[in-house]
Amino acid sequence: MKKNNWAEYQKEIADDKYYYVRSCIRQNFFPGSEAAFLNILRNELGRDICDDPNHTSCTGIGYHSDIVPLETTMAVIARQFAMMTEAGYENMVASCITSFGLYSEVIDMWEHFPETEEKARENLYKATGREFKKPKNLAHASDVVFHHREAIAARGKHRLVNASTGAPLRGVEHIGCHYAKIFPKKGVGGSEFPYVLAGMIEAWGGEVVDYPERRHCCGFGFRNYLVMANRGSSVANSKKKFESMAPYKPDFIVANCPGCAMFLDRWQYAISEMEGVTYGENGGIPVLTYEELAGLVLGYDPWELGMQMHQVPVESLLDKMGVEYDPGAKYLGRDGKYIGRPEDTALGGCSRC
Amino acid sequence: MENTIAIIGGGVAGMQAALTLKELGMRPVILEREERLGGKLNTWDRLFPTWTPAREVLDPLLEAVRGAGIEVRLGAAVEGVSPDGRGVTLAGGERLAAEAVVVASGFDLFDARLKEEYGYGIYDNVITSADLETMFREKRVLTADGRVPRRVAILHCVGSRDEKVKQNHCSRVCCITGVKQAMEIRELYPECEVFNFYMDMRMFGPGYEEIYRQSQEEYKVVHIRGRISEVSPTLDGRLQMKTEDTLIGRPMKMEADMLVLLVGMCPARSNRSLAVSGNLSLGDSGFFAAADAFRGNTRCGENGRIFFAGTATAPKNVGESLNEGTAAAWQAYRSVKGGASW
Repeated sequence: MKKNNWAEYQKEIADDKYYYVRSCIRQNFFPGSEAAFLNILRNELGRDICDDPNHTSCTGIGYHSDIVPLETTMAVIARQFAMMTEAGYENMVASCITSFGLYSEVIDMWEHFPETEEKARENLYKATGREFKKPKNLAHASDVVFHHREAIAARGKHRLVNASTGAPLRGVEHIGCHYAKIFPKKGVGGSEFPYVLAGMIEAWGGEVVDYPERRHCCGFGFRNYLVMANRGSSVANSKKKFESMAPYKPDFIVANCPGCAMFLDRWQYAISEMEGVTYGENGGIPVLTYEELAGLVLGYDPWELGMQMHQVPVESLLDKMGVEYDPGAKYLGRDGKYIGRPEDTALGGCSRC
Repeated sequence: MENTIAIIGGGVAGMQAALTLKELGMRPVILEREERLGGKLNTWDRLFPTWTPAREVLDPLLEAVRGAGIEVRLGAAVEGVSPDGRGVTLAGGERLAAEAVVVASGFDLFDARLKEEYGYGIYDNVITSADLETMFREKRVLTADGRVPRRVAILHCVGSRDEKVKQNHCSRVCCITGVKQAMEIRELYPECEVFNFYMDMRMFGPGYEEIYRQSQEEYKVVHIRGRISEVSPTLDGRLQMKTEDTLIGRPMKMEADMLVLLVGMCPARSNRSLAVSGNLSLGDSGFFAAADAFRGNTRCGENGRIFFAGTATAPKNVGESLNEGTAAAWQAYRSVKGGASW
């Protein structure tokens, strides 16, 4: 690659005082990621971030599945903004790519069709008596980690470097479709050469893999997955990506979308069962969230980060980075009790534990 | 000042206008922003549809301009034009009085980096049609690492007929340029496969359709109706392209050693400042709007003293630009000296 275009698409990312809106599904898939994000911002970087228990889903999955009408979505998002306003914040940070895309979309629609904003305000007021200000700054949580990537690197205990050889680890970055494909200028680096995750990888010592299917969708796509008959299409899309990236021998995949990280991880198992094929040198390519990656760099315990919940074992990456971990503690819960372990699979998972 | 006609732009249209005006006894002054005359033709190798070397068109014009003693000011960017056509203002504030002005300020090439999905400026072997002409002139059509390409893809309409980049117009000459360049590559490397990806093939000029047919029958250039949606690098340094053959309705994935982007003609960046200062109208495309599309396509108004020649008003080929140079010169002459208005 000769150079990146990303510098032309810098977006403003607030430095402090964030109002955090969580994902509906991430805590099930990657249970330590959102907690790690809050911990990094509050305790590592000393930032003020509000984790408000009163906020709700953005309706994104229902909206994109055509079961929640646009007016309802606007009213719910208006309420989210009202919660932020009431809490005294102006900078909204979304954990989920779909939420980020939907907030961006609604704000854009309100700009182009002011009467819809008026209607949303009216509906919210009638239903809840609430009023709101629109966010001064809207960012995805990966934007915020990108914004603080150098500070994280400075505090880091590990780098994305092979601890034995000193060679940079090779990372595949996968960007959720709703991050910048809807509004390219809302994403760091735009939609074709997004830099939000690549910037983290580079700042933390790794090397970004540019492979032919880099921009291809992971296959999650709400209709691909939610409609059971379409799940073959979902697997096929992920498979296309794995086959394209595998020759580059990536050490890990990092994604910024709940669905992407989930499916790039779980479909490796599905493909191994369906076709007996695995990718990567160790029976699978570990898939991480950007918070997990930041957490490893900062020296967090991988099991505290929830990485035992991954389908593809992450130990190969931990070993390369020189991260110390207790194999025996992998399947112990936070209270020390055994939480059970998945059966051995073609990925070689638990036989290595 | 007497009989002075300021000509903005020293490309083929501007030079032709100057030569005509000189012949009519006027005092044309060519104002060229670059350091040499000739405009875009300087960078071109051979011209469709005759494979004529660009120098064979350019050199006689340059020689004639020199021979006629026409005043040429190089490095003279024009920033403003008087609404009455009685002079222009150069960068730096200098004012040149004149009796009429011919705007032959040409076009800009579309910046292919704006179509990020093709990776121009990012992937080494993604080049533009202008880059390829430079390679032809240097007799060195090779990949960035010095290999003879085994397969070349040529993509039409990059920055033309594209609402996303606000270039709604057709640049007209890219189709035939793509056919010409494909045939030239095949001439150079008979073993190299060449694929043209197009929206429509617009073969409007004399001989164009024949060349298009020849490219298929004799040169075995493959023309596929479909747009390339994205370009990515492969492990072995080639380019992977995703496209669709819309005639058979099938998505395709293809690898090539080189991708040539047929970049369109954009309105020159200077159009806006000239339009504002001279009270000239711009069309939706950003090119200058002539008085009318039939009998007044080199005039800016009924009785004005500002005239247009060449690609200032729309994409044109070299021959058309030369003709407009002559036409605009006559119009300018008559505006100063009087005479029948046809």
